[in-house]
Order: sequence, then C-alpha cells, then structure tokens
Amino acid sequence: MTRRKVTIDGNEAAAYVAHKVNEVCAIYPITPSSNMGEWADQWSSEGKTNLWGSVPSVVELQSEGGASGAVHGALQTGALTTTFTASQGLLLMIPNMFKIAGELTSTVFHVSARTVAAHALSIFGDHSDVMAVRSTGWSLLSSASVQEVMDMALIAQAATLEGRIPVLHFFDGFRSSHEVQKIEQLTEEDMRAMINDELVRAHRARALSPNRPVLRGSAQNPDVYFQARERCNPYYTAFPAIMQKAMDAFAKVVGRQYRLFDYVGAPDADRVIVMMGSGAETAHEAVEYLTARGEKVGLLKVRLFRPFSADAFLEALPKTVKSLAVLDRTKEAGAAGEPMYQDVLTALGERLNLGTLPFAFPKVVGGRYGLSSKEFTPAMVKAVFDNLAAPAPKNHFSVGIEDDVTHLSLAYDPHFITEGEGVIRCHFYGLGSDGTVGANKNSIKIIGEETENYAQGYFVYDSKKAGSITVSHLRFGPRPIRSTYLVSSANFVACHAFVFLEKFDMLRAAAQGSVFLLNSPYGPAEVWDKIPRSVQEQIIDKKIKFYVIDGYKVAKDAGMGGRVNTIMQTCFFAISGVLPKDDAIAAIKKAIKKTYGAKGEEIVKKNFEAVDQTLANLFEVAVPAAATSSFDKPPVVSAQAPDYVRNVLAKIIANEGDDLPVSSMPADGTFPTATAQWEKRNIALEIPVWDEKICIQCGKCALVCPHAAIRIKVYGGALLKDAPPTYKSMDYKGQEFKGMKYTVQVAPEDCTGCGECVFICPAKDKSNVKHKSLDMADQLPLREPERANYTFFLALPEVDRTAVKIDTVKGSQFLQPLFEYSGACAGCGETPYIKLLTQLFGDRAIIANATGCSSIYGGNLPTTPYAVNPEGRGPAWSNSLFEDNAEFGYGFRLTVDKQNEYARELLKKLTGRMGEELVKGLLEEPQKDELGIARQRSRLFSLKQVLAGAKDADALNLLSVADALVKKSVWIVGGDGWAYDIGYGGLDHVLASGRNVNVLVLDTEVYSNTGGQCSKSTPTGAVAKFAAGGKSLPKKDLGLLAVTYGNIYVARVAMGANDNQTVKAFLEAEAYDGPSLIIAYSHCIAHGFNMTEGMQHQKEAVECGAWPLFRYNPEMALAGKNPLKLDSKAPKMIFSDYAMKETRFKMLTKSHPEAAKRLMDAAQKENLQRWQVYEQLAAINYGDGQDGHHE
Amino acid sequence: MDLSTTYLGLKLKNPLVAGAGPLSRDLDTLRHMEDAGISAAVLDSLFEEQIRHDEGELDHYLTQGTESFAEALSYFPRPSEFTKGPEEYLEYIAKAKAKVSIPVIASLNGVSAGGWMEYARKMQEAGADAIELNIYYVPANPALSGGEIEQMYVDALKAVKAAVTIPVALKLSPFFSNMAFTARQLSNAGADGLVLFNRFYQPDIDLDTLEVVPNLVLSSPSEMRLPLRWIAILYGQVAADIAGSSGVHRAEDVIKTVMAGASCVQVCSALIVHGVKRGTEMLKGMESWMAEHDYESVTQMKGSMSQRNCPEPAAFERANYMKVLQSYK
Repeated sequence: MTRRKVTIDGNEAAAYVAHKVNEVCAIYPITPSSNMGEWADQWSSEGKTNLWGSVPSVVELQSEGGASGAVHGALQTGALTTTFTASQGLLLMIPNMFKIAGELTSTVFHVSARTVAAHALSIFGDHSDVMAVRSTGWSLLSSASVQEVMDMALIAQAATLEGRIPVLHFFDGFRSSHEVQKIEQLTEEDMRAMINDELVRAHRARALSPNRPVLRGSAQNPDVYFQARERCNPYYTAFPAIMQKAMDAFAKVVGRQYRLFDYVGAPDADRVIVMMGSGAETAHEAVEYLTARGEKVGLLKVRLFRPFSADAFLEALPKTVKSLAVLDRTKEAGAAGEPMYQDVLTALGERLNLGTLPFAFPKVVGGRYGLSSKEFTPAMVKAVFDNLAAPAPKNHFSVGIEDDVTHLSLAYDPHFITEGEGVIRCHFYGLGSDGTVGANKNSIKIIGEETENYAQGYFVYDSKKAGSITVSHLRFGPRPIRSTYLVSSANFVACHAFVFLEKFDMLRAAAQGSVFLLNSPYGPAEVWDKIPRSVQEQIIDKKIKFYVIDGYKVAKDAGMGGRVNTIMQTCFFAISGVLPKDDAIAAIKKAIKKTYGAKGEEIVKKNFEAVDQTLANLFEVAVPAAATSSFDKPPVVSAQAPDYVRNVLAKIIANEGDDLPVSSMPADGTFPTATAQWEKRNIALEIPVWDEKICIQCGKCALVCPHAAIRIKVYGGALLKDAPPTYKSMDYKGQEFKGMKYTVQVAPEDCTGCGECVFICPAKDKSNVKHKSLDMADQLPLREPERANYTFFLALPEVDRTAVKIDTVKGSQFLQPLFEYSGACAGCGETPYIKLLTQLFGDRAIIANATGCSSIYGGNLPTTPYAVNPEGRGPAWSNSLFEDNAEFGYGFRLTVDKQNEYARELLKKLTGRMGEELVKGLLEEPQKDELGIARQRSRLFSLKQVLAGAKDADALNLLSVADALVKKSVWIVGGDGWAYDIGYGGLDHVLASGRNVNVLVLDTEVYSNTGGQCSKSTPTGAVAKFAAGGKSLPKKDLGLLAVTYGNIYVARVAMGANDNQTVKAFLEAEAYDGPSLIIAYSHCIAHGFNMTEGMQHQKEAVECGAWPLFRYNPEMALAGKNPLKLDSKAPKMIFSDYAMKETRFKMLTKSHPEAAKRLMDAAQKENLQRWQVYEQLAAINYGDGQDGHHE
Repeated sequence: MDLSTTYLGLKLKNPLVAGAGPLSRDLDTLRHMEDAGISAAVLDSLFEEQIRHDEGELDHYLTQGTESFAEALSYFPRPSEFTKGPEEYLEYIAKAKAKVSIPVIASLNGVSAGGWMEYARKMQEAGADAIELNIYYVPANPALSGGEIEQMYVDALKAVKAAVTIPVALKLSPFFSNMAFTARQLSNAGADGLVLFNRFYQPDIDLDTLEVVPNLVLSSPSEMRLPLRWIAILYGQVAADIAGSSGVHRAEDVIKTVMAGASCVQVCSALIVHGVKRGTEMLKGMESWMAEHDYESVTQMKGSMSQRNCPEPAAFERANYMKVLQSYK
C-alpha cells in the first residue's frame, strides 16, 4: 500500500491519530501541546469523522484539572476519550490519573513533554513532567521523532484497549511537537487494522449505566484497601507483552517494527547508552557514525518506560556490554539518581541477585542532558561514550552545559560533527512579522512533497513579542534526518533583515564555501562597505558566496508591505538548486495558492508578482579580497551597565546564553530588576517627535505608552543649562508647578514604534490639522540626538510625589514608571495598566503575577522591565503558577499583615527605647496619601537609627520586620484565562476573604499568551480557538459576580474610553481597606486590528455597551449611598459597528456568515440588557439601609 | 392602464425600480419590495475596494504577530474556507433570484481596470439579469484631463461588456464638461443604459474632533431637478436607455422623470424614509394621476416632456437661467 507522505509536526501527527480513534477530547491550552487540541477542534468543526464515522466532540475546560475530570467522566461512561497536555497541566491531572489507572480504564493521553517550573518557568522540552506522574500507575510510552509520534499514538491506543492500562504517550516538547518532518501518514485502513472493535465495545460495556448499575469509586478501609490495590498486578505484568504485541501487529500492517527497547549499534558493543525521546535520534546518528569508524558502541532506545520490563531490557542489550550510561532528560534533585538510571540499576541488580544476569555486571553511570530543550548533539553523545571508556567514569554527570560549581559536566568537542554528506543545512534569520517561518514551512513541504528528499524544519523563536526575531533551521537530504539538534554548520545562511548584521554573529555557523543571502537596501555594488568588518572577514575567510536582494522594494512594488517571505523563499530555491528553477517557481506558486487561496485571489496575485519580480532583483556580490569596513558590531549593552548585565545578561541577549556556565546563574532563581533599560533593541522604524509649540500638556501620550518609552517631566528651568542642543522644553502651564519647565521625551532605542501616543495625542496644529504635537518620523536620523536627550531627561530629578495631583491623568504621569521597555507586543493593551500601577504604587508594591502574557513580558529572561526609583525602591515581583495566583498574592498579604502586627507588638514593647512620640507616630500614621507614607518612611528611618547596633532579640526582630510598618500595596495581576477560568475558584476565595489585596485583571477576552483560545471572558460572536464558530454564549460578568459580595471594591475600566476613571479606580482600589478587583479592558493582537488604534477600540467597546464602565465602592454603602457608579453612558453605538473593526468578530462573517448575523444580534441585545440591569442597580436607594424602594 | 416599460431590454411591469442601497441587502426586504409593486431591484454595490482590501485586510490581521513567539504561533483558528466578500455577494444574487421574480440587477462599483472586473462575469453566472456599473470617481488629480477621465469610463465599460452577455447600465455622476457628449460616447461604447445620477457621499468636517467624516445624507425631492434636466436633454440623442435616480420621492416625481424621457426611475431614499410600502403608494398615485389625466400607458408619456418634445426646449438650457432669476422679482 502506498501511504501519503506528509510534512507535518509532531503535534499534528499525534492529533491526527487521536482524532481518528476517539469520541471525546476534553482539553485545555498549554504550550507546547495546545496545537493538538486546536487541530482536533478544527477537524471536528469541519466535520471530520473518526474511524466509526462520527465527529468527535471536542470541549475546552477551565483547567487541566477540569479537563482530566471530564475525561475521567467520559471514560467511565464509556466514550473513547483523550486529552492533550504538558508540564503543569499534566501535574494538575495527577489526581484523576491515579483514579483512571486505578479503575483500569483504557485511554491514551498525548503529552508534548515540557519542563515543570522549578526555579523558573520554561515552556521548553524535557521529561520532568512525565517523570512526575510515574507513581500514577500509567504506562509511559515514548516517541522520538515525528514519524514515531504518529505510529506510537496508534500503537498506544491498540495496547490500552487490550491491556486496560491507560497510556501516557509522550514526545519532546518543541523538538518533536514543533519539528516539521516529512513522514508517512497512516491510513484509516491502518487504524482499522490496529483497533479491535470488540475491545472498543468491551470498553463501553464496562461503563456506568443505570441499566446495569454498579458502583465505582468506593471508599475503603484499612481492612481491604491494600488487597484491592494489589489486585491490579496481573494487568501490569501482562502489559509489556500486550504493548509488544501491538508493536508487532503494527509492523505487519505498516512495516515499521518497534520493540519495547530498540537496540542500534555494534552487535558486540561494550559501551551502550540507554535513553528515550528525541535525543535518541541524535544518539542513533552518532552511534552509526562511530560504529562505521569501528567503535564498539551502541544505543538502547527505550520505548515503553512503564511498566518497565526488565526482561525485555536485558534481552535487547548486547551481551558484550561492559558499561552503560543511562541518560535522563530530567533532574530529580536529592534522589539517589534520576529515574531511568535507578530503574536500569534495579533491573540489573535483581538479575544479578537471581544469578540470571547474562553478562558480568557492567559499570553503570547516570547522566542528565537536555533540560528545557537544551541542545543535545552528537558531540555530547561522543562525550558520554568517552566517559564510559574512562577508567573511572564520572557518575551523575551532566552533559551539554559547563558546570563550574559542582564540576559534574562532561567536556565535549563542539567540532565533532556527524551529519552526512548530501544534507543541505540552512539558517534563516527572519523578523517575526516578515513571514519567514511560514515561508520556510512551505519550502519544507515543497521539498518534502515535490522531491524524493527528506526534509526537517525546526524554528527558534524570540522571547520578546515586539520586533521578535526567528531563526529557522532547515535540513534537506536523501536519507531520513535524525539530527534532532540545531543546524551548527550551515551551507546556506539567509538574513532577512539587514539590521541583524549588527546584532548577531550569524555567519558563526556558516560552513566553508557556503552561501550567504542578505536582504539589503543596498545593491551589489554598494553593500560591501555597509556590512560590519567581522562579517566581511568571515565572508572572505570562509569563501562564502554572497548574494543580495532588496526584498523590501520587491515586496513594496508587489503591494505586500514588509512581508518578504515569498521573495526570500524564491531566492533560496534559485540559489540552492534543490529543485530545477522552473519547477521550484511552479511549486512556490502552488504553495502560495494553497496558503492564500482561501483568503482571496488578490493576495495570490500579489505573491505571484513578487515571485516573478524576484530573480531580476537578485544579485551575486563580487567579494573583494580584503575587509574594508572600519566599523563593527556595537557592544550588546552599554559599558555603564552593571557587571551582571554585562557579563551574563548581555550573553543571553546576543544569543550566546548556551555558553554561560552554571556559576553565572543564581542558585534560587532570584534576579535583579531594572535590567531592561540596558537592552537597547532599536526595533522601531519610526518614533514620535514632539512639537512643544502645540502641546497642551495632557500627559495622555505617556499614559498610553505600552513600553514607558515616552515620558513627561516637570522641572526647574535652571537645569536646562546643560541640555543637549536638540533637547526641547516649554513652560509648564498649570498652577501647581508654575514657573517650571515641561518636557515630553521619547526613548528612541526602547520605543517599539507602535504609534499609540501619536494616535491619542489631541493637540493639533491650528493651521495644519494633520500635524499633531506628536508625529512619527524615521528613527535612524533621530537615534543619536534623541539618545542624548533621553539620557539628559532621565537624569533630571524625579517629581516630588507629595506635590503631584496624583488622582489626575497628568499628575499620575509625572510619577516615574517602574515598569519599562518590556517585551510586550508593540501597542500592547495590558502594559499601560501595569505601568500606571507602578507609577502610583510601585515603590511599595509586591506583585503576584499569574502565568500568561504579563508573566512573560514581565519575567522572561534576559532582562527585567520592573524597575527601581532613585531610592532603590520598586515593585517586587513573582510568578507562582497559572492557577494559584490569587492565593499566592493572598499569601503576600498574610505575611505583610502578620509582620505588621508583630512589628507593632514589638514597637509597643520597645516604646521606652524609642520614645513615645516616634512609636505613637509609627502606630497611628494612617498613610492615606503620599505625604503620610513619606512621614512613615521617615519615622522608620529614625527607628532603624535608634536600633542600629542593638544586639537584643526584640530589637533585632523588630529591625527584621519593621519595613512592614510602611503600607505595602499587594497586587495580584493576571489575565482573563486566569481570573475567569483556571484561577477563578481561588480568586473567588481570596476576594471573599476580606483581606486587603488588589486584583488587576488584564482582560483581553482570550488566552493571549498561548495564541488566542476561548476563555469565559470571550464575548458573544467572537472567534477564538475552540470557538471557531464564534462564541455562542455571553461573556461571564466577573465584575457583577464580585459586586454581589457587597464588600469588594470593583471597577471595570478601559483606559481608552475614560482614562480619568481608570486612574481614580486604581487609587480607590488601593485605598480601600479590603479586597479590590479592577477589570481592565486590554486590547490585544489576538483581536486582529491595527494596534496603533487600540485606545479607539477601547472607546468603542464602551460606547456600544460591550464594556460598560463602573466603580462599586463598598464605602459608599456604609455612608448610605448607592455604591455602584456607572462611569459610561448608555450604549449609543451599534455593537456590530464596533465589532466589524476587529478580525475576531469580522472573520465569522467570512467563515460562518449566518452565525455571525445571529450572534451580532444576540450580542447587541445582551449589551442593552446588561446596561439596563446596571442602570437599575445603580439607581437602587441605599438610603436608610432598610428598604430599597423609598426615596 | 398599462404601467409597463422596458429597461435594458428587460420588460418591467412599471417604471419603479429599487435603486442600489441598503434595503436590497436583506432578502426579506427584497421580497417586501416586490410585494409593494417594485418592478426590479438593483442590489447594493460590490465595491472594488471591498474586493481588494477585504482580502488583504483579512490576511494581514490573521497573520499579524504569527510565527514569532513560541507559545502563540497563531492567534486565530484556521478555517480552511472563507466566504470572501465577493463570493458572499454572488451567493446573495443567487438567493435573491430564488426569492423574488422581478429582475435583479447586480451593481459593481469601481473605477480602475483590474481583476475585480472579473466579478461582472461571476455576477452573470450567479444569475443577475443585468449589471449596473457604478463608476464612482472623484478626479482629484489636477494633471488628469477631462478626456483622460472619460476614457477611463469607456475602458471600464468595455472591459465589463467584454466579460458579460447580459445588459450593462452605467451609473454616472453629473460632473462632466459635456454631459451629452460623454453620454453619447458611453452609449456608443456599448452601454445599454445610463443611470442619472450617482449621488456622491460628500464628506463633512467634525468641528469637535477636527476630522473629515463621511456623511450619508438621504436625497431630497429637490435633487431630482438635475437628472430631470439631463434626461430631458439626452432623450432621443443616445441609444442607451435612461434611468432617473436621485430625489424621486413621490408619484409626481416618477411621472415627471418618465415624461422627461426615462425608461424607469430608481427609488432609494424614499423607501428608506417611508418604508417599502411607499412604493405601492407611488404606483397608486401614478395610476390615479394618469386616470385623471387620461393617460393610457407609460409608453405614451415617455419622453413627452423631453427637450425634443416639450413646448419650450430652451427651458432646459441657459435661457432658463434668466427666467428663474426674473421670477424672484
């Protein structure tokens, strides 16, 4: 039978089988597994059926805990059910996994194995999640490649149906889940042949049914629980054989033979590596290379890790083995060894005890590799074999890093390369926005599907969301590609943006005689002198063939804006010669048609035109004999940066973090803040320019800036004497700082160029209305002068916080932002709120941040946007989990309150030493405003002076908790996925606790960070992943739910609609001595519109009634007034007039036109009704506190 | 009494045609119009810009921010099929044809030569009885001569005519140096009908925001005077049928327009303001006026007050100017 060759990633491969062999999928998004659920959802929404001709039901839950509960329920009632997850998500499933296994339930979970957060979160791949569920009783089955993912998904399903042990089928996150490979697609007939319907019916027959009622899930006592637990033993004993049987059956049907343990290498090997997962592919490649050179080495690939079959393991090992290295892709700190190492030792030891070990007890060492997708290369495999060959091999080693603290790492030779001849290896450096990755995925498909070649693509993304850079690693060759590591020796390097030349050493990996393709605004005659000297030297030394194209020009002429993807792709095919030129162009056009055809002919045409124009604009550059440039790459960070930034963070910024040794990392995950200021990214093509002559000094520009890259200051005019020549200022217009100067200053190298400040600027030139007080202009000519201006501006003194009208927009903007230059998207709708928070309260704030966008742009290395003021104070920040953030922040409050209480007790005790006045002041200061806080701080200073040098316990204890005497501002920050869904239970509890915590919900109405999945905040009619047909139910009214408690301060704000109300709400929430909840409308890239206009969308969301503004202040009720104040007017705009400006709503009119019409009408009604309810609530009379009906 | 007329070779039961506008966007309303006696309906326009930009916009925002950040490689589900703006329109033509038995005229609004014109053919395939090509062009380029602009119209018309076999009417603005010359030129180039006139949406200035804002003002009865004059002048001088458009609100307006020489009149604002039932009222009004004045058929009155046939031909030209001025004395 011929099977289709497809070019897909591991997630799609797993989902493909899972969707075919299940009836129910209950899911929850988590990287890197989200795509599996998304595929399943999409296929079901398109009516694709499973093996039995029925469309699987795909449902999204509120958390993985919820998903596993739903899976458990569906299984217990007889549906073939699955889920897809990873990392913390898998951990949340543990309780149900124990039950599912305990009840001997047939199911397969597909897991893209990901690091479990420890000292830090990581979205990347290792086996720490899988290893954390070892005790659940599940079978653990590993896939090492995309092909295996598809194969094992089916084998697992067959085995679980027969053996009744649930199977966790796992493959490495990103490396396998996101790697694109050309594979053979299983057919429905293959699946039919593997799945026994009698077993499916037996599964159904075991289900709960009132027609044959049973009870399952009893509670048992000491008398029988133990016996009952042991009752399952025969199933576990039998399972390895059942799995092998399924593998054998698969081999008969499909031809690929797998074994529980697959050995490759010399039949008489003396040194053997035992490992599983994608690293085994690399080891396989290395072993083949080494054995071909006569080395007696081998590799034992573990497929079925649990139940661990010692018999099969020993059977598979060559009898000549003298030493074994067991490699675990996990770390179990404090254990006698990592899990697989221990299992192997146990298996060997037991046989030794029994006297049935077929060879002498070998040397066994365990090692760790590849944590968080750390590179694992043939060079490291060789290092492991070399270690085994040593007289005293290092045990409990690590490989792939330099451990200069405990010296456990193995040294390896990075120049050891095993990739065969004939493999074309490419690097493509692209901007996220230029479509490079998409085009490369197309190229892989083209080569995979149009030629006999095998193809592999792996993509390295940025941790920044604005101006992000992607590196694509592509391989093509005549044999299957097992290189599960990055391309380290490239024979084709393409740089899709000229500016990268100054940022990265991109020719570092270029091989001798390779090709370098540069997208350059300079033609072949002039480009040479424009590139840095070190790049010139590499081109000459490595004899690189150098090509240029002005891709932006070609793209612009074809009407494609900045998307150079198809142009650079055409160049690649033209130069590389992978396909004959005409065939390549025909194939590119076919791919374009396939990619864009659904969206319209015009786009297809534009792309065709770009392809046709490309070759005429592609030139080879005559490389001179010598380097001529007198300039080179600038230093990554300024020489003024602190040591840690220069020595450690700068390496990470320069893509050289892999070279950092263990000692450079903190032992407990603690990092300094205020480091984003050193990472000058220069990603804006245009930046705002201030015209002081027409500025009205409203401060809105500073308020809306997502990156704190435009700021205002007021200061004494005398300071201007040292100002740089182009520095601008004007007289301050208000009364409070009369006689002082005012400046709006842009941070030219930190601005992302989103243009939100220009859009919001209300000051227009009277004679030329299109000219505003802020206009965008090219960044490059402004960079140097504005850098000097910004440096001068920053050095000007910060405003006196006690003198500012803090409750106004402008006043708030005079305060120093303590959140700056984050990696958030250009035009982000969330960050202006966080920045405002830090301006108002940052010098005394502790922030608990739920996992999501805000934890990524807030806490992803290399640098930290949370900053400090000149006194060294600033927000202290931490991220616990996604689901527990409210509780985490609540814990902050418990500590603050407890320490405050203890400090007060000690103060009273020590009154004699400190003086009554000081103690009285410290105890009684209400700290209601900045002045009060300043007074308290000054008393605290006195306290510390008085107690300085004291040795007694009370004094020392007081000193250690005295800081709690100054009011702390506890903030719990997260998105709607957290607040409405996964964290809602905890949020509800914490809000109900009555404690003084402030909750800020950055509501984008969708799971933004994981790519736009539906949440309970998603409004009616919006399209989101898992709501491809448009959300059919209204958004949950989180604000109103909180209002019902009566003692919670609740505000619903939208900065773009009413910035003044936003500022007031933050101040009131913080001032309220109890729980506060601010729900902030945050426009988002996942809404699909021009982010420059984000604030306008906020305004319209309010005007159409989708987002009514209100504040509910319980203190008003105490005063006999209605606590609910509506801050927006009755809806006047039609909902669809707002909605049709956003792709999330509009695309439904294109994909499901009838549903769109129905849902738009429904949303319109909902908005009006909600408004009426609010209006009535706001009109209730709270007068005498007894009756709401009298005036 | 015979109210029937012929327009673009289509036999219409009366001269009252629903002009392109928002009412024809809804199938039920279309049916109500037919029930109210309307004899044909011009559908809301499919815009060149809609074809060009909708596609580009959708693609742009569906791909914005994608393939950049490892956790969010996309932000939207990937439906394999989208109903493109034009396709939706084409489907609508088919649905409209199924819903009503009166002729359905599709409207294509655009100006430059390009791929969008292919939609004329698709409109025909979808079942449209005729096409109204609305060349909505504001010549803001001072380097462009009147002749060049007229040529653009001719080219666009020819391109559409070449793509279809059904009749094509051209909806024009009154802003030509010599309306009569242009009209004849277009008629000679193959226009089966001329719709006089298009009403440009004139922009307004919002004094609060200092922004130029689009401002849709419905027509008023006084606006029918301009087309009335030109219909009267052109009647008999061009081969193409003429449809009156702008400011037709009452039965008398229909009668006047037909007398000036129109084969039919297009009503839009009147139906929006007064409801579809206004059509019935206008037709009734026509019938009673005709009965009262002993007219037997629409054919009989068509062109009876055109410049060619009216007792005072100069009234449609400059001489009328003096008369108007003097009437204020």
